[in-house]
Amino acid sequence: MDELLIRKVRVQDVTFGERTEIIDHLLRINREELVRYLLEDSHLKSVEIKLARPGEKKRIIPVKDVLEPRAKSGGTSTTFPGFLGTAEPVGTGITCVLDGVSVVTCGKLVNFQEGLIDMAGPGAAFNLFSKKLNIVLVMNPVENLGKHEHEKAVRVAGIKAAHYLGQAGILAPFDEEIRYPVATCPELEIAYRGLPKVIYIDMVIAQGLLHDNYIYGMNAQGSLPVFLSPTELMDGAIVSGNCAAPCHKNTTYHQQNNPIVEDLLSEHGKTLTFLGAIAMPVRTTLLDKERMCTQVLKMIRFLGAQGAIVSEDGGGNPEADLMMLARLFEKEGIKTVLVSDEYAGRDGASQGLADVTPEADAIVTNGNGNQYVVLPPMEETIGHLEAIDVITGGHTGSLRSDGWIEMEIAGIMGSTVEVGSENLMTVAI
Amino acid sequence: MEKVRVVHYLNQFFGQIGGEDRAGIIPQMKEGPVGVGREIQNESKGRFEIVRTIICGDNYAAEHLEEVEPLILKWVDEIRPDLFWAGPAFAAGRYGIACGTMCKAVQQKLGIPVITAMHPTNPGVEAARKEMYIIETGDSIRDMKRVIPKMVALAQKILDKASIGMPEQEGYLPRGIRVNVRAEKRGSKRAVEMLLKKLRGEPFVTELPIPHFDRVAPAPPIADLSKAVIALVTEGGIVPKGNPDRIEAHNASKYCKYFIGDLNDLTGEAFQTAHGGYDPVYANDDPDRVLPLDAARLLEERGLFAKLYDYYYVTVGNVTAVASAARYGHEIGELLLKDGVQGVILTST
Repeated sequence: MDELLIRKVRVQDVTFGERTEIIDHLLRINREELVRYLLEDSHLKSVEIKLARPGEKKRIIPVKDVLEPRAKSGGTSTTFPGFLGTAEPVGTGITCVLDGVSVVTCGKLVNFQEGLIDMAGPGAAFNLFSKKLNIVLVMNPVENLGKHEHEKAVRVAGIKAAHYLGQAGILAPFDEEIRYPVATCPELEIAYRGLPKVIYIDMVIAQGLLHDNYIYGMNAQGSLPVFLSPTELMDGAIVSGNCAAPCHKNTTYHQQNNPIVEDLLSEHGKTLTFLGAIAMPVRTTLLDKERMCTQVLKMIRFLGAQGAIVSEDGGGNPEADLMMLARLFEKEGIKTVLVSDEYAGRDGASQGLADVTPEADAIVTNGNGNQYVVLPPMEETIGHLEAIDVITGGHTGSLRSDGWIEMEIAGIMGSTVEVGSENLMTVAI
Repeated sequence: MEKVRVVHYLNQFFGQIGGEDRAGIIPQMKEGPVGVGREIQNESKGRFEIVRTIICGDNYAAEHLEEVEPLILKWVDEIRPDLFWAGPAFAAGRYGIACGTMCKAVQQKLGIPVITAMHPTNPGVEAARKEMYIIETGDSIRDMKRVIPKMVALAQKILDKASIGMPEQEGYLPRGIRVNVRAEKRGSKRAVEMLLKKLRGEPFVTELPIPHFDRVAPAPPIADLSKAVIALVTEGGIVPKGNPDRIEAHNASKYCKYFIGDLNDLTGEAFQTAHGGYDPVYANDDPDRVLPLDAARLLEERGLFAKLYDYYYVTVGNVTAVASAARYGHEIGELLLKDGVQGVILTST
């Protein structure tokens, strides 16, 4: 049986130094070397690297994506397959993880979907990124670069930096090793006979600029649903280019550390058999939605799934897919739980989903993105604070003259993330 | 502690006037507490003083709401109590609607705090829950002893502007307002646990109940349309000019029936819309745009169907409670069937 070994190197602080290395849990980064590497992309005019640690009075805005530094140790495959090196299947071998670190891509707005991370104050309570040592890439594109090229340049720079830093961990002693067996369906059948078989459907938006995801480096717009072993996700098989509201964008970090995968794996072999994940592209037209959902149903019938967890990506039209899956699965007798969030209005009194179906009788909600918050000024802004007035969740006047900002949590990265990484939820009062 | 002056609303039964046979009595006002009013005073340890009790028959309130509501508002406005208390209504539907409607009016129009209590299935809940706290009751008077202390406790909090806890702590029916809270476990863990329960056939609770929409099975097609009588019905609020029966612009309390047997066309001179939920300019300019009488006459003339029914039914479907809309639909359907109508063109806005 194949397996993936995740080796975690715990990083307790980060600084700049002459070499990129980890010694005694301190990550040193050769800033010049990393900048030079990223500037190999001729679409980027400048890259600045900034550090933001938990508790520092820093605000990062506009954030495009967050990634965890990961690299393969030995073997021929690479993390983020299809972007760096080959597109050879990942999910086996040894993967080195810089635990406690994330790479944040930032810089001039591509459009107006990007979000905010606060490292201190009330805004820091809304996501796990505020608790990380963040290595922020503040990037400026060359003049007159189109939006699509701009988005691609900053996305790829994030991947390169995460891979570059991940490699520094290979030489450092690891603090924890987790062994994930990668079993075939027949192996699972023999090992866990009698346990209910569960599949995870990972919806990935595929709808254009800042509304795309990449599976093995390929834009999901051109793809039918793809079966992935849980460990492929850990190796970066899905890269997010999506920013459809920062609060419920599933970032690359969320996909690498997909909590639904983690929590299903913790029950795997005990109360259920976890078959794996299916990345399902979410398109805009009804024909495409029907095409994707029925393909997924076809696949999970072949796999013999008895239960399914479906996580949404974005909001609004993806709820049609979410409900369609619930309808199709439940009619086949496949027990289904949906994981979503809500836009219930600032007063919380509106219907929070754009589509519903009676079969959707088991929904986990990760909160109302319309909650209004007022956040104090920080000592340092990394990026461009004025973007707050135009990003999703902000509005003209969000940046007040006294330096405070008021906005909906829709603008805070991952605050209502729909793979369920956070503890936010709603209750009716 | 300063006394809280309370006006209490009761129906004929709880007002100790009589049963169903007295459900037609007109609103009346008495000095001091009646019946359960004394319990309320005791439970509040004398803080609440019921200065007046208003009693109205259930049928009278249901059938003359447009007359009862302003009258009671006038009485309450004259007394200016600190609190308006209605019920508890338990599962009694007409009583519940009266309690909910009166509380809503008193709170919105007079700015006086209100409290009431009902069973979750009481139609009065739907009429008022978003605007106020309704204490949840069982379906009958047997639950009175448990409910009164909860109403007193919550009313005191409302009056003292104290912070109000979660529905299960305070005993009120959720108003449908969703607030963000921090769960003990992350979303993914809750999803896995919910799935395991579902797989085992154990009870589970969704975190986001979805509104339940009734599916109405379509009637079989009309066998021979050329022999059928067809009626026009609309929720688009088309009424004779001046809105003689005063259909409300939103949350309509009624539907109406008007004669069109001698008309071939609706004009802006004779008809208008009473609907408050859409741009009225085009409907007022030519009401046929909402209630297509001109087109229906044309089809009648061509013999597509035998006859256009001589009347049309109308209500306003704007923020109208689903429970009322369902009732209007049932009643209009019954009346049309009785008059030999086989098909309806139902226009919506």
